Formats: sequence, structure tokens, C-alpha cells
Amino acid sequence: MAGNDTTETTAPQAKKTAVLVLGCPQVPVQTSVALYLTNRLSEAGIAPVIAGNKAAITLLVVADPKRHYLKEIMDLDRAVAQISDKKRDFDLCFVFIHNDAGVSYAATMAAISKAQIFPVIYGEHWEEMAAQITFPCTKIAAKAVHNPLPLKKVIDEVAPTWAA
Amino acid sequence: MGCVEALNYEILMRDASFKECREYIKSHFSESIDVEPGFKIFDVHTIGVPPIAVGLDGNFVIFPYTKPCHGTFLLRVEDAEEAARLRALKKSR
Repeated sequence: MAGNDTTETTAPQAKKTAVLVLGCPQVPVQTSVALYLTNRLSEAGIAPVIAGNKAAITLLVVADPKRHYLKEIMDLDRAVAQISDKKRDFDLCFVFIHNDAGVSYAATMAAISKAQIFPVIYGEHWEEMAAQITFPCTKIAAKAVHNPLPLKKVIDEVAPTWAA
Repeated sequence: MGCVEALNYEILMRDASFKECREYIKSHFSESIDVEPGFKIFDVHTIGVPPIAVGLDGNFVIFPYTKPCHGTFLLRVEDAEEAARLRALKKSR
């Protein structure tokens, strides 16, 4: 503005973050969908953090040895502890669910985190698992066991809401 | 962060659902307290669908412990100090 010495500066916006809470890797689609989701989040400018047990994480690390898709990785218990103790939190939280334990982790994340919760529900019992989730969230659910495409399709439909 | 392996625990139920654990505690123990997910018991953050029931039986604390691949275990641990802490918390509510 002419005749005005002040300059307007805009504070840089902090990058959005997302945590992917992995379940037991016994259902094949989890590893594939986790890598796909990680890539979609990165492309949307959202920093993805993976939290899982040793088996779930090892499957991912072996599949992506040069870390093209994987960024930060955390032990699941450590992630829960850090969020519970208010040492860390995320903007988005994707919880992978194919069994009762997955529902428990999703409910826990909804209670301890301020993140927007996206339960990612799959496997043979996906409808039964989805029905158990009654807290406010955006469910990403499909019957997917070996074929990740039904789940990928739902992720692609929900993805535009992340940027909002 | 605590580790459940450091505790001298007895497993009352294994590979259970969170509902089964809650029902077991409510039907087998006259004394219990409801806690929220993330609540620390023995320095371990509890996982589950709220409200999470924790049983008290003398000096024993009975609580659910969830692992992604093994479902929920219902554990019983003897610890007078922790039982007293939970009773005091219940009283203060």
C-alpha cells in the first residue's frame, strides 16, 4: 500500500499431520492400503505418521525399503502413551479395523485425541465391526480381504474432505 | 510408558471382546470403577470402548489389556497401593 511503511506478513501455516493406527496385519489388504493412504496424504500436503506393532511395521518397511512412501514410524504403545499424556497429537487419525481390538483402538483414539477420526474397516466381518462404532467419525468401510480395490475406492471418495 | 510384562499378572480371560470383559467384571466383582480410554493403570494406558470397567477385589485389580493381534486379555494383578488409588478415585467422584 502506497505511503504505508508497514508490511503485512502471514505466519506460515503448520503442516497438517495424520496418524495411521495399524491393526494386526493378518488381513492382507492392510499393508497395501496403508502405503496407498500414506502416499495420498503426502500428496495432499499432510504429514503421515505410522503407528503399529512390530509385525505390521516390518511388513511396511520391507515393502518400501527406500522410504518413498513411509515417513515417520512409531511403536503403537508409544503413540497411545504420547497422545494420552498430551505430549503429541494429530489433525487426522486413521484406525485400521478388522477385529474387536481395532474397534477398541478406534474408540481409544476418539477419546484421547483431538484428531478427526477415520476408522478404516475391512475384512470378512466389516459390517459387524462398522456397526460397533457409534462415536462421531467418518467411516471408510468395505468388504476387502485380499483385494484392496473396494477400500481404495472409498478412500478416493473421502480424500477430498481431508484438505478442508 | 509402562509394560504389562513387568507385572505379576494372572489371565482371567484371553482373546475376549471388550464387551465380554466389561460383563465379566460387572458380574463377578461387587466393586468396580469405570474409567476412560487412556487412563493409566500400573502405568499402562488402557485401551477400549468407554466406559472401561476395572474390577477391585481386596488388593487385586482386574483390568482389560488389548493387543492388536490377540484381542483383549482380562488381567488380575495384586497391588494394594494401586487398588487403594482406584478406590480413592472412585470415592472422589
